[in-house]
Amino acid sequence: MAKIELNGVRKTFDQTAILKGIDLTIEDGEFIALIGPSGCGKSTLLRIIAGLEPQSSGEVRIDGVQVDGVRPSARNLAMVFQSYALYPHLSVFDNIAVPLRMRRHSALARMPLIGRLHPERGRTERGIREDVERVAAQLELAALLKRKPGQLSGGQRQRVAVGRAIVRQPVGFLFDEPLSNLDAKLRVHMRAELAQLHRQLKATFVYVTHDQAEAMTMSSRIAVMIEGNIVQIGTPAEVYENPRDIRVAEFVGSPKINAMPGVIREDRGLEVLGRQLRLNTTAAAGRCTVCVRPERMELGPGPGAIAGIVTHLEHLGAEAFIHVKVDRIDLPLLARVSPDQQLPEIGSAIQLGFSASAVRAFDATGKRIDVTAPARSERVREKALG
Amino acid sequence: MVAPAFTLMCLLLLGPLLGVIALSFTDYQLGSPQFSWIGLANYQDMFGDRVFWLSLRNTLTYVAIVVPAAVALGLAVALLIESGGSLRTWYRTIYFLPVMATLIAMSIVWEFMLHPQFGLINGLLHGIGFEGFSWLQDRRTALYALCVIGIWQALGFNMVLFLAGLVSIPRQLYDAAEIDGAHGAWARFRLVTWPMLGPTTVFVVVITGIRSFQVFDTVHVLTKGGPSKSSEVLIHTMYVESFEFFRSGYGAALTVVFLVFVLLLTLIKSALANRGVHYA
Repeated sequence: MAKIELNGVRKTFDQTAILKGIDLTIEDGEFIALIGPSGCGKSTLLRIIAGLEPQSSGEVRIDGVQVDGVRPSARNLAMVFQSYALYPHLSVFDNIAVPLRMRRHSALARMPLIGRLHPERGRTERGIREDVERVAAQLELAALLKRKPGQLSGGQRQRVAVGRAIVRQPVGFLFDEPLSNLDAKLRVHMRAELAQLHRQLKATFVYVTHDQAEAMTMSSRIAVMIEGNIVQIGTPAEVYENPRDIRVAEFVGSPKINAMPGVIREDRGLEVLGRQLRLNTTAAAGRCTVCVRPERMELGPGPGAIAGIVTHLEHLGAEAFIHVKVDRIDLPLLARVSPDQQLPEIGSAIQLGFSASAVRAFDATGKRIDVTAPARSERVREKALG
Repeated sequence: MVAPAFTLMCLLLLGPLLGVIALSFTDYQLGSPQFSWIGLANYQDMFGDRVFWLSLRNTLTYVAIVVPAAVALGLAVALLIESGGSLRTWYRTIYFLPVMATLIAMSIVWEFMLHPQFGLINGLLHGIGFEGFSWLQDRRTALYALCVIGIWQALGFNMVLFLAGLVSIPRQLYDAAEIDGAHGAWARFRLVTWPMLGPTTVFVVVITGIRSFQVFDTVHVLTKGGPSKSSEVLIHTMYVESFEFFRSGYGAALTVVFLVFVLLLTLIKSALANRGVHYA
């Protein structure tokens, strides 16, 4: 099992900085998800850990050993690719057997034709057969061993790719968006299977995805990468509830968090859309952004409520989203409501509010600022507005 | 509607083909006002003719040398260019030049190079202390000299086809091979490159095979089949019989034999293609 440490890893392609100094410690047996918008460098980071790409500076350690210059296969990490990267000319059995054959047979025994005469070959080949069949049984591939990848469905190919990764019992697994080529239903299913596989193998999993649902549901920790930096690392709940940066707040959570322009006044009070909030902050006066998750938006009138017009309704069965256009904000505000209640008509006027505890405020540079309710207000659920 | 395609096929392919086959059963001579059906007499003539067997053997020798060499060298050059750096486009253009140049003109250049007295090749051989040959005038070397020109000419085309095949191999397969422990160029080639080039290779072999069967221009310009028929090939015999001796019927019979070989090659190709050399 492996602990993976990254210290000041940088990567530059033709003067474009892709990774700008990544420090990350992945504990032994941990399931960590690297998420971020496309182009943030998460796949590059994974390839550097795998050894497929050299870093420009910084170091990678696996179990305390620096692995610069160590070949990918010698790092004893397995990787599952987005396209699965199965060898199309080999059967499922042979695909899974490739890493074992490469390791256990000598170069001579792998030679075409003459390799068959090698004395050790038969015995090694029997060992390989046993291991491949054990993994195939574990992944329910036993009936498909003779097929070629072209004859398999997406989910089955995915399983073969996982089989090829686990058969040599590596210390860690690297997943590069492994579910993004599957249809939505299968993705949910494979999510559960991968999480179960992690519990079973107790190996270190590093999982790159741009799909936050995958990250939230499977991983024990999430590292959010934006523009070549890890902006925040934490448990899924922590990252969701307590984003340290507005980019994290906006990337994590679907639909996106509501962002409203605000002002920090000289007397430390907080204003949003010209309305005063019953919140104080220690941050310096200036412009800020006040964010509230859609599920924390509350409908209905009240003092200081934000008035808007319903522009769109999304009824998803278990929940419904109301899009509300508000003056001075380009994007509509979203409110998540239970579909049991009467949904407003499109075009009708509506009022929105939120409680003080729902507010996540960020300063002009996007950093999180702490807000506190004044001492006199003791009810946690007291509304900040309305 | 199949009619337009079928009409065109009849007009352009099947019609002339049937015409040639019919002609091979006649004693028609180019320009003569009449002809008569003589059955299989042309074929009897042909199978009894030493020149036919000689030219068939030479053609097969030519194919057997040119196809493996041009395919292997084309692949080697493509792999070298693909792994190379900045001069890639430059190399690609140079190797492709023989394909674009007119072979007749190039044959004349080769004739100079192979000239016994003041040719470049013999000059070089003299320089390192070897006795040169009269390459094209010597019955021991004429056919092989033509083979070298054939390889030189086919190489660039094969290289371009292999380059296209190499480009279409997904990069992630090489990553996977690296992770799986396929170290070194040979292991990568065996595990990924060679199998993934399967469809391209079949195509290249068949195309080179058919083009080698059709060898004519170099023979006609450089040796005219000589000396003493040592470089006589099928199409050249066909040309001489039909257009120099005006024995069109006999020439047609030779054409039919030639077509049978090309058809065989095509059948081999489609059999291989159906056997799953193509990957889904």
